[in-house]
Amino acid sequence: MSDNRESAANETPRCYHCGDVCDTEIIHAHDKTFCCEGCKMVFELLDDNDLCTYYDLEKNPGIKMRGSLGDKFAYLDNEEIESSLLDFNDGDLKKIKFYIPQIHCSSCIWLLENMYRMRDGIVQSQVNFIKKEAYVTYRSDQVSLRELVELMTSIGYEPAISLQSGTKEAKKKVDRALYYKLGIAGFAFGNIMLLSFPEYLDVQDFLEDQYKRLFGYLNLVLSLPVFFYSASDYFVSAFKGLRAKYVNIDVPVSIGIIALYSRSSYEILSETGPGFMDSFAMFVFLLLVGKWYQNRTYQALSFDRDYKSYFPIAVTKLIDGVEHNVALNSIDVNDIILVRNGEIIPADSTLLSNEAQIDYSFVTGESDAVSKRASDKIFAGGRQVGASIKLRVDKAVSQSYLTRLWNQDTFQREKTTMNRLIDRVSQNFTFMVMILAMGAMAFWWYQSGMSESIHVFTSVLIIACPCALALTVPFTFGNSLRIFGKLGFYLKNTDTIERMAQVDTLVFDKTGTLTQSVADEVDFHGTTLNPTELQLIKSLVKQSAHPVSTALYRYISGAVVGVDSFKEVTSKGVVGEVQGHQLTIGSSKLLSKEVVSTGEKLASVAHIEIDGEYKGYFSLHKAYRNGLEDVLKQLGNKYELYLLSGDNEAEFENLRPYFSSDSHLQFNQTPEAKLNFIQSLQEKGNKVLMIGDGLNDAGALKQADVGISIADDVFQFSPACDAILRADKFDCLPKLLLYSGKAMRIVRSSFAISISYNSIGMLFALNGMVTPLFAAILMPISSVSVVSFVTIATNLSARSLGFNRNKLEKNQPIV
Amino acid sequence: MSAIYVLIGFSLAAALGFLGAFIWSIKNGQYDDDYTPSVRILFDDTQSNNSNSNPK
Repeated sequence: MSDNRESAANETPRCYHCGDVCDTEIIHAHDKTFCCEGCKMVFELLDDNDLCTYYDLEKNPGIKMRGSLGDKFAYLDNEEIESSLLDFNDGDLKKIKFYIPQIHCSSCIWLLENMYRMRDGIVQSQVNFIKKEAYVTYRSDQVSLRELVELMTSIGYEPAISLQSGTKEAKKKVDRALYYKLGIAGFAFGNIMLLSFPEYLDVQDFLEDQYKRLFGYLNLVLSLPVFFYSASDYFVSAFKGLRAKYVNIDVPVSIGIIALYSRSSYEILSETGPGFMDSFAMFVFLLLVGKWYQNRTYQALSFDRDYKSYFPIAVTKLIDGVEHNVALNSIDVNDIILVRNGEIIPADSTLLSNEAQIDYSFVTGESDAVSKRASDKIFAGGRQVGASIKLRVDKAVSQSYLTRLWNQDTFQREKTTMNRLIDRVSQNFTFMVMILAMGAMAFWWYQSGMSESIHVFTSVLIIACPCALALTVPFTFGNSLRIFGKLGFYLKNTDTIERMAQVDTLVFDKTGTLTQSVADEVDFHGTTLNPTELQLIKSLVKQSAHPVSTALYRYISGAVVGVDSFKEVTSKGVVGEVQGHQLTIGSSKLLSKEVVSTGEKLASVAHIEIDGEYKGYFSLHKAYRNGLEDVLKQLGNKYELYLLSGDNEAEFENLRPYFSSDSHLQFNQTPEAKLNFIQSLQEKGNKVLMIGDGLNDAGALKQADVGISIADDVFQFSPACDAILRADKFDCLPKLLLYSGKAMRIVRSSFAISISYNSIGMLFALNGMVTPLFAAILMPISSVSVVSFVTIATNLSARSLGFNRNKLEKNQPIV
Repeated sequence: MSAIYVLIGFSLAAALGFLGAFIWSIKNGQYDDDYTPSVRILFDDTQSNNSNSNPK
């Protein structure tokens, strides 16, 4: 069925605004085609303001419009909330920073920066593409914050306003500190090298002693800020590591730095030699370049959002029947609140209205709404579908179900990093180097006395300084992160690659992971419907927000007509009159006559009755992801596969063939059960990778060694996980796992290369033959060759797996 | 040879000047975003519909 739809899609035109295929309806206006009213409206708005350059910069840059605004942003009129969001407030002139996840191309930058043309009062707007932020300066006497946000939303750039952005103070400018350090190290490195140059020539008496002394002291002064400022991060990190009783890579790095610096200072001050200040400054500079490269790849990924980001920032509170917008924090127990269609319920509460349809997809991942009656308890995190409801708050926001779930230990725990390859290597490496240095010192003491022995001791430490080793990891993993990112797979940190390579067990969630969260496969059984009848059905289901109705609406193509009457019967279906025809769509209980059982156990069924005549039924299957069969077969060869689902066992038979035994498929799992299941697998010694979506998987995702969340669009909610995989890239999963293994192999080979450099240098050091020139040549050669090796190797292995690096798709952030 | 003192003084002063300029540019926020300006510079100031340049 889906194949038919796809082939049909190729013939239908694409929307001029958002580039989507116009499959449900086509609107022709201004010689262009649009897929929905929303897209057309945005185009007209831009056209009116002479902003159509937007469409020249990129092809179909727009963002599909979803839903209407309503009073959604009414809370921004509340002064308390407004002031908590503002960065700068000078009476009328205000500045604010918005996080806009929809920013994806250069057209976005252009439009957002030209907003001042659309509305008086917007003074300036500036976009930071990498961080997906917009800084807007506006005059509040001409445009209110609410109007500003509504304007941005109306052109498709809805800012993500959250409690978090309201409460958190501007994040510390860590990035800038790295630039300062880099700049100072670079400055010192260049000048020290220049002043050390005469020493390289090794011409005796070329320089008079007074100049040697001058250059030495200048070097010493120049290197002071490098040692105490630029290199300070490494000392801190090494110290922290040692205090936690483990040796990280920064320990040998720090030992090397300290040995270099103190030996050089001693030589300069005692006037016994020129020192190695050039190598020292170069070493720190190269390390910082590596760090800078690594940071760059992280910038685009914002994983630090917690559950608060997804909570509303304000709620409508009823005081004596009058609506007030108040900040979420100020809600108390027993307050009466009003929750409108599509709003999230912020706290555990009791329903006061007669009826509510709560969509818990945010919590459980299941898309069917749950109906509640008056005085039922409603947990936080649900989303009301339909009319507004009144609720009495039972628990403060901070004590709600969601918050508690999130505060469980698993959510807080950081994944252990003790067993990282780089740390194991650096541990052994440090140990070896210390033994060698001590041994050499003892030998030379015995041979030729103390001063020579200290000379050799420090030479060994200097030569062993693992510069190349320390650069390997940021460059290999940083580059892999970029390659993954271009494929729609975003990792939280580089450790994830290593853990991915070790995984032997894969656990899948069903709804939204193996099945697509939105698209259903629709089939019709019964007398063939003629186009008019289809049009009637489409018109009627348009009135309903129920998932089955939306799926039918999407499935039937063509235009809609007006509806004369419409009634939704809760959890049964819809009845109505369209153009004089009586229509009933829904469960068999609604029909006037008895029908034979459909025998459909797996699917939702919608029966159709027109003017009292039974026509047949639509069956809706949850559609499996594209390429699911291939993915599971490929992965099944290498890994143990498990399935955990919160749903009932309806699809057991469909999925059973892909898993090795019945016990590998677990249904009716609560979030806690999922978490425990993963834990029990881990206790058996398995390394578990969990793929899921929805907040209910969050515990399991966090508990698993690697938690990957599937996102239908990258802007979507993503629970605490190690990585986000774009849903349409699901079929890449086996390749991604394979690539993580390759990345680890590259890291190992580059370790071998850099250690062989160190061994060669060590031969010279042990014989007391290390000169400043030797050190100044060996260090950059080893670093540069290792860095180019890993860069070339990662790109080659990506290409061998068929990842085309140059193909950038729409909506992919540029990393 | 004492000219070398003066020359080294000059060269260091020049180098320090550039370091100062670099630090000032960081403070000024020039390194906060190193992608967007590269796109922004390609936008036309005036309204012209014949720009088909694709900055990406």
